[in-house]
Amino acid sequence: MTAVAETTARSAEKYRVTRSHRNVAWTGLGALVVVVALALFPYVVGAGTETIVVQAFIILTLASMWNLLAGYAGLVSVGQQAFVGIGAYFVLFLNIHNISMFAALPVAAVGCGVAALPMWWLVSRLRSGYFAIATWVLATTVLLIIEKFPSLGSGTGLSLPHTPSLSTAVLEAYTYWIGLAVTVLALLAVYLLLRSRLGLVLTAIRDDEVAARSSGARVGLARMLVFVVAGIGCGAAGALLAVSQLIVQPSAVFSVQWTAEMAFVVIIGGLGTIEGPILGTIVYMVLQQTLASYNVWYLIILGLVAMVIAIFARRGLWGLVDEHLHVRLFPVGYWLWDPDSGGRRGARGSGPGLGRRSGGRHS
Amino acid sequence: MVWINDIITGILIGGLYALFACGLSLMFGVMKVINLAHGDLAVIGGYIAVGVIAVTHIPVLWSFVIVVPLMAVLGYVLQRTVIQAALDRSILTTLLVTFGLSVVIENGLLQFESANSHSLGVDNAIITSSFSIGSQITVAYLLLLIFVVAVVVLTGLQYFLSRSRYGRLIRAVADDKEAAQLSGIDYRHVFGIAAAIAFGTVALAGIAYGMYSQFAPTTGTDTILLFAFAAVVIGGLGSLWGTLLGGVVLGVAQAVGAQISGSDEFLAGYIVFLAVLVLRPQGLIARRSTS
Repeated sequence: MTAVAETTARSAEKYRVTRSHRNVAWTGLGALVVVVALALFPYVVGAGTETIVVQAFIILTLASMWNLLAGYAGLVSVGQQAFVGIGAYFVLFLNIHNISMFAALPVAAVGCGVAALPMWWLVSRLRSGYFAIATWVLATTVLLIIEKFPSLGSGTGLSLPHTPSLSTAVLEAYTYWIGLAVTVLALLAVYLLLRSRLGLVLTAIRDDEVAARSSGARVGLARMLVFVVAGIGCGAAGALLAVSQLIVQPSAVFSVQWTAEMAFVVIIGGLGTIEGPILGTIVYMVLQQTLASYNVWYLIILGLVAMVIAIFARRGLWGLVDEHLHVRLFPVGYWLWDPDSGGRRGARGSGPGLGRRSGGRHS
Repeated sequence: MVWINDIITGILIGGLYALFACGLSLMFGVMKVINLAHGDLAVIGGYIAVGVIAVTHIPVLWSFVIVVPLMAVLGYVLQRTVIQAALDRSILTTLLVTFGLSVVIENGLLQFESANSHSLGVDNAIITSSFSIGSQITVAYLLLLIFVVAVVVLTGLQYFLSRSRYGRLIRAVADDKEAAQLSGIDYRHVFGIAAAIAFGTVALAGIAYGMYSQFAPTTGTDTILLFAFAAVVIGGLGSLWGTLLGGVVLGVAQAVGAQISGSDEFLAGYIVFLAVLVLRPQGLIARRSTS
């Protein structure tokens, strides 16, 4: 018996590896209950509340995608508004050609994924900050090009010409359900992606890029896939924006404010966790609704809070929850049960990932 | 002849872009920080100039005497506190924090100063007049002045970095901050000095921009940051003269674009930027030190 085989055999009897520290069947059930409850929401509340929740869906979808980019692939993109805009304009373009705006939404999402490929080819040569501003330049360039088409409303934009002939209440409810579907699919996609082999590569990149590279991880390919997936997700969110507002204005859909919001939500909630963006979106919506009458104050406060959290609590609010309760709603890592310490101190494949490592709890 | 006139204007505006870009370039070269709030700091410089002129009635062209030191102090303080704290965490954190700073500054200005645009010195004869060469070519005094200032600043910076004691410290820290620290240099202080210089140049650029055009709270991210960045990338990282070249190329590209159609001005500049990204990527991340 070789040394390796012996170690493996020994570890098999002593160590146990699970996806999570605790059983997660209840979290799956809980997620299902939440989704069902959210699906029944339109029967309970009015259109005004629905619009607010749809806004939360858009923010959550965007934030999950930005989290995938910055939290896992180490790509700080300041140009994700490019995909919000392209997604919205896809819906407008298809709607002008008499395709239902609801049917246009998935097409727009896929279209954004395709559009992400040449954009990745352009910006993938750059690192960190240069990548950030290059994506921003790219988003501005796409905006300037789209503004050159009078058929798409030039610089002022257009209303969707063929809206379904439904009553406002029904239309709002449909929009709401589609928003819910987009968000659930986005979260599910991120979850499954991170549980896959690619997720393992991404987690390795997040923790230490050089180590990941030297272990044979195909870092470039993984990053490209993440960029494309984030393009699809942000495109779907942009399409949802067009469907919910029934109008596409270039300066609004291509606003860098989208990226500011998604980044702040992720930083506040917890970068590099799936749960973080959800928590961040809730904080964002509360702040935004509370401070709505004070113009841009919510963005100022959000920015300041995000700066403080980025410096002093790099794992965000969810990091604080996780630290004390060891809770994972979406277990994507592995928990190593150490027989000597009764499983209390496990090694994890998922956790904080910014800069310095905290303690020796990583696998 | 219209073309020649526009291209000359484009070259001169390149000086303004280089002035914007050299602070960005310096901070990246020394601290490896990409300051996403760079454009907003230029706008703050402009707003401070408006305030200083309103209070002291100092001539516009001399407002830099007050604004540049103020911004330099702000730069030192910000670097020693917020940016250094982020830098101690990771490069990613500096991006997140400077992006946060950018959004906070921009929306803070929107909140307290409204979205109205400002400009500096519209009633000043030197700023608004121009001179002619032959019958077709007219050159604005202001643009010529800005270009000369940009060349003087870049030359001064180059000289400072290569000859002076502090320049040597900055180069040492940029090369290897741990080794510099072992030699008894407080690299945090040197970082602060570099940031002070960068903020000083960006204040100068902000004042120049205010005299040349108008600025509003969103100008910092809409145009200045992206132009500065494009100038740095087109010219090639690490070289101050490359930054001037990049600024000039960007200015000329925009002038040519504006000739094709008024709305193509910015697009032409960005397309040149993207073309450089495709054709000369090796020049973009090749060098990492300032001199």
